[in-house]
Amino acid sequence: MSSIPASDAGKPREVSAMHRLAARLRSVPELAIEVLIRLCGYSAIFFVFAIFFFVLREGAPMLFGHMNLWSFFTSTDWNPVGEPPRYGILALLSGTIAVTAFSMLIAVPLGLGAAVYVSEFSSPKIKEILKITIEMLAAIPSIVWGFIAYMTLNPLIIQLTDAPIGLNVLNAGIILALMSVPVIVSVGEDALKAVPDSYREAALALGASRWEIVYRVLFPAAKNGLLAAVLLGVGRAIGETMAVLMASGHANQIPATLLDPVQTLTATIAAELGETNQGGDHYRVLFVIGILLFAIAFVVNLTADLVVKGIRGKQNV
Amino acid sequence: MTSFRAIVTAASVAAVPLVAGCTARAGVDESFDTVRVTGSDTMVNVAQAWAEAFNGLHADISIPVKGGGSGVGIADLCAGKIEIATASRAMKPDEIERAKKNTGEDPKQFIAGRDALAIYVNLNNPIESISIEQLAEIYGEGGNTTRWEQLGVENSACPSGKIVRISRQNSSGTYAYFKEAVLGKKRDYKQGFTAQSGSSDLVALVTKTPCAIGYSGMGYRTPDVKVLPVAKTKDSPPIEPTIESAQDGSYPISRPLYLYTLGEPTGAVQEFIQWILSDEGQRIVEEQGYIPVHPPSENP
Repeated sequence: MSSIPASDAGKPREVSAMHRLAARLRSVPELAIEVLIRLCGYSAIFFVFAIFFFVLREGAPMLFGHMNLWSFFTSTDWNPVGEPPRYGILALLSGTIAVTAFSMLIAVPLGLGAAVYVSEFSSPKIKEILKITIEMLAAIPSIVWGFIAYMTLNPLIIQLTDAPIGLNVLNAGIILALMSVPVIVSVGEDALKAVPDSYREAALALGASRWEIVYRVLFPAAKNGLLAAVLLGVGRAIGETMAVLMASGHANQIPATLLDPVQTLTATIAAELGETNQGGDHYRVLFVIGILLFAIAFVVNLTADLVVKGIRGKQNV
Repeated sequence: MTSFRAIVTAASVAAVPLVAGCTARAGVDESFDTVRVTGSDTMVNVAQAWAEAFNGLHADISIPVKGGGSGVGIADLCAGKIEIATASRAMKPDEIERAKKNTGEDPKQFIAGRDALAIYVNLNNPIESISIEQLAEIYGEGGNTTRWEQLGVENSACPSGKIVRISRQNSSGTYAYFKEAVLGKKRDYKQGFTAQSGSSDLVALVTKTPCAIGYSGMGYRTPDVKVLPVAKTKDSPPIEPTIESAQDGSYPISRPLYLYTLGEPTGAVQEFIQWILSDEGQRIVEEQGYIPVHPPSENP
């Protein structure tokens, strides 16, 4: 810190002290900014724990109290206002899984395909247009998606498939797929862009076709990023609430076909929480579902992390 | 009906000294110039219309109206967050208890009108009427009516032939009332119905879905949807839901619409409720498609 040479002993002693003080004073704003930025970084941890604590606190009296966890997971009877109330979420869980799985079946090929096109094949002009359009797709509010599901897709599905009702797994899956595609495209495109051009050049030099470059070089090289893209898409689909409440038909049953209406975990919370007695069993059991959603998100992220680490480990060998 | 008028009259008499007491303390009076009304989705349109008309007479009183459901309104009232809760069901004993515990006041009940639950089907459905028993077999636990032909109807607009049961979400006052009036106190809903979070959403969905049947307040009727006359038993004549049939009790599914306040209403709240129960307020009830508590013409 001190810029005063050691040979200037004697009176320079206090000068160096003053210098040090001045230097320290000058560094105060820097220090403050450093602390502030560090706090911003840590705040994410704080908020996650705070939210988890809050959800847990509201759900705990039920979770650790008189709730039968076995029937919670194995019964399809969801009737929290019945006499006696029944809290079985098997059908809700299967609804969430069915809708998410079907939406990913559409969104993953579509999203990754779009990412490959935007990153590797399109001309710069088309690329700009596509990126802006995809960003706009991501900016459509979920209630608008719900409205499209309700007013447009519903009659269309009835007309095309003779289904008794057009609000079902198919409808919700399509809407969720369209909602998660922008996430998959933008993260996937970033991952492909991050692959160094030297890889492409080396492959070209070896006589690889463009498709071979994508399939044999880019996909393996960008594996981590592409997986992250898919998992973010899955997260988007599982967590979506408003649109899925409107599109799914919100019926408590295990779906047998794509044309059956279903009820998801998130939509159940959205539809019922507002009118429950705060502190009552029904209110608390909805928070237990919140804890479960938290756990699902945690497992998805952890799996992603482990898979990514596993891939990295193999690559390093 | 007269008993409610009596309550209101009693309330207004009791309110006079209270209002005087309030104005004596400056500042307190201001909080009464806002009458917050929250609750039943069924009543949100009529409450909005009351608020607007009343605001025309008393520009100094602002009346923000919110829906959300009977449960929301009652919960907010119990928490002391609003002045009036609208509800399409009566308060439950535990809710009354909670209101007392939180605010120290007894909730006070007023009947502001009546509502008939109409049975809605798609416009292309040829069915002409339905009985309470048939409805119970469609919606009730253990009921085995799942196809339109079981009701003797050839619903050609619905190729699958399946009846799509549309209901309100389980925390709604309409859900609770339909269960009580159609399924009976002991019988529960058969799982797997499609639940809608609002009355107009439900009617919109039935409008778009040829296989569907649903229930909601008769105020939500539109020209694009069919309302079925309902028979009390399968031998009695089906009755169209109208103001007259709901008022004389011949229409089998009609219910009171409640207003709740904390303790005896005073000041602007009391004025507003008194006005709602007046001929003018009741005329709005009728305009909105509900049933006034007394025919306005008969009560000057």
